[in-house]
Amino acid sequence: MAVVKADNRGLRLASRYAVLILVAIIFIFPLLFMVMSSLKPSSQLLLDTKSLRAFLPVGELSLQNYTDAFVRAPIAVFVLNSVLITGVTVLLCLFVCSLAAFAFVFVDWSGKAVIFSILLATLIIPYETIFIPLLLMVSQLPWVGLEGFELGWLNTYRVQIAPFIADALSIFLFVQFFKDLPKELIEASRVEGASWWTIYRRVVMPLSGPVIATAAILKFLFMYNQYLWPLMVVQEEAIRPVMVGLGYFTDQLNVPWGEVMAYLTVITVPVLAFYLSLQRVFISSVASTGVKG
Amino acid sequence: MADVKLKGIKKSYGPVDVIKGVDIDVNDGEFVVFVGPSGCGKSTLLRMIAGLEDITGGTLEIGTRVVNEVPASERGIAMVFQSYAIFPHMTVRENIAFGLTIAKTPKAEKDEKVMEAARILQMENLLDRRPSQLSGGQRQRVAIGRAITRNPEVFLFDEPLSNLDAALRLDMRMEIGKLHKSLGATMIYVTHDQVEAMTLADKIVVLKDGYVQQMGAPMDLYHRPNNLFVAGFIGAPSMNFLDVDIVSQDGTSAKVNSPVVAEFAAPVWRDGVGQTPKATLGIRPQDLRPVAEGGILEGTVTLAERLGTETIVDIRLSHGHRVLASLGEDRVFEPGEHIRLDFDHEKAHLFAPATDQEKQAAQSAA
Ligand SMILES: Nc1ncnc2c1ncn2[C@@H]1O[C@H](COP(=O)(O)OP(=O)(O)OP(=O)(O)O)[C@@H](O)[C@H]1O
Ligand SMILES: [Mg+2]
Repeated sequence: MAVVKADNRGLRLASRYAVLILVAIIFIFPLLFMVMSSLKPSSQLLLDTKSLRAFLPVGELSLQNYTDAFVRAPIAVFVLNSVLITGVTVLLCLFVCSLAAFAFVFVDWSGKAVIFSILLATLIIPYETIFIPLLLMVSQLPWVGLEGFELGWLNTYRVQIAPFIADALSIFLFVQFFKDLPKELIEASRVEGASWWTIYRRVVMPLSGPVIATAAILKFLFMYNQYLWPLMVVQEEAIRPVMVGLGYFTDQLNVPWGEVMAYLTVITVPVLAFYLSLQRVFISSVASTGVKG
Repeated sequence: MADVKLKGIKKSYGPVDVIKGVDIDVNDGEFVVFVGPSGCGKSTLLRMIAGLEDITGGTLEIGTRVVNEVPASERGIAMVFQSYAIFPHMTVRENIAFGLTIAKTPKAEKDEKVMEAARILQMENLLDRRPSQLSGGQRQRVAIGRAITRNPEVFLFDEPLSNLDAALRLDMRMEIGKLHKSLGATMIYVTHDQVEAMTLADKIVVLKDGYVQQMGAPMDLYHRPNNLFVAGFIGAPSMNFLDVDIVSQDGTSAKVNSPVVAEFAAPVWRDGVGQTPKATLGIRPQDLRPVAEGGILEGTVTLAERLGTETIVDIRLSHGHRVLASLGEDRVFEPGEHIRLDFDHEKAHLFAPATDQEKQAAQSAA
């Protein structure tokens, strides 16, 4: 009897793993194709796409594409720019949006409900529709920097960061998560003498690992994939992000596919690194609740 | 000095009045227990004292200060919640020290106070655990530990033991009693549990429908309940209620009878009794005793529950009435047995006539 049961469990486990492996393969194939193709000369690359060879390290393999790609475009600059812009935006976004959500959930103030519904309504407005007015706006914005007063934010890092710090989706994610935190934890902190800031920093945020990771990933992908906006507001090569950099390879008749794949492989590395680092956060933040049970 | 004075306290949620004008004096060092049926506003009242709810009307004084507008953190209170509300991401030590940490207490002093609290609550060996590694009783100890480290003048407890099992509840109840004696702080305690109220309280406040029904020492409430609700609410099993007619009365007593109650003289002291020829008679199950002859009630045993120290006997009277009697263990009662009951007539309670609904509400709330 017990043996049969054990067998059943083994079978169930096996089939579950089979499904997971299949899904993993489906997800990994594009990456595999990208990496393998980046190692092949363009002529072979296109021929290989007709068969499974596209996913295999076969034929003439070299790092030539990488060398060529680095010559064609200042890849390191682009990647650094993107990492900088994305990193700063993600950090600021997590801070600003969680604070906003904190105010929406824990603090009582009049007009809260109305403002929150307006905020939610903005969820349905795609960024693309506001880019033109936004462009007109940022081109007129004042700034006091090291060189003194200036007008217009075009061709800067900040124009790529500021408009994306706060967004309704991130606030909404935090709000939903905060609402599920036990109310008594906040009340107990208040009675113990904690200020709002202390409650935010010492109680709410340490318990918010999962939502921080979620919001960070969404924001990271959104920012790292920015294309249209930097194309509109940035002309200088030195502050260009990676997606705009792709243009260096595609604005010609014969697209150097090998180099494109090499470029894509390089710019994928920060994304993977980011995911892997967050995975640890995810796992360590599976917090048990502090209330009964 | 940390007495707590509630004067005409009111609370409304929008159009709904939850607390409708409550006056309570809690003296310095007193242990006051709020009891009442579910939804009567006990927690709301406690949370207003804590500063977690706005006060709609009236004034609240702690010590000599009016604290209506004073934030929770500055009221000099500590609160223990039903759900413990300890921080899952902190160790027991960090939890207990929380209030001191945010008050930037020097480390040496903080450690000392944490150890002191841990010693009082016997959990020195748990200090480095996380809440998820603790039992329910231990978690509640941590919550109490967090409350005592700041030496608050007033402790507030909202049903702190209701998530614990019976044995643990008894333990913790005694510990809270001891804690009160050793700290000498003012404590306000909300509970559903009769026994907790009777054993812990210097003063019980019975709340219902947003009003104070009665407040006083536990035994006063037990022996001299103001009204039918308090009479039914305090004491377990609940007081028996029977409708009676008043046959005759002088200033201090009235002869009463009914189809099921043989005529006897009962003391009259409550307002509203004797103004009509009807009244409601209350008899505590503990006051009843079996008699061989006479007696004022007679009926048939339908159920006898032997609890070890007493037997709760359910007795069917004529005309569909029933009473509960708490009788000694020296005699075994069998269902179907005919029984006659009497009691010390001085212990009869006469109330103004009450509807069946009122009687039920009073009995089922307990
Ligand atoms: N935020 C709120 N909004 C509206 N009504 C509320 C709110 N909080 C409590 N109430 C109402 O106030 C009344 C009193 O609630 P309260 O929690 O004080 O009862 P309680 O006596 O503590 O009950 P229990 O014994 O079940 O804990 C209830 O009828 C409840 O529905
Ligand atoms: Mg309550």
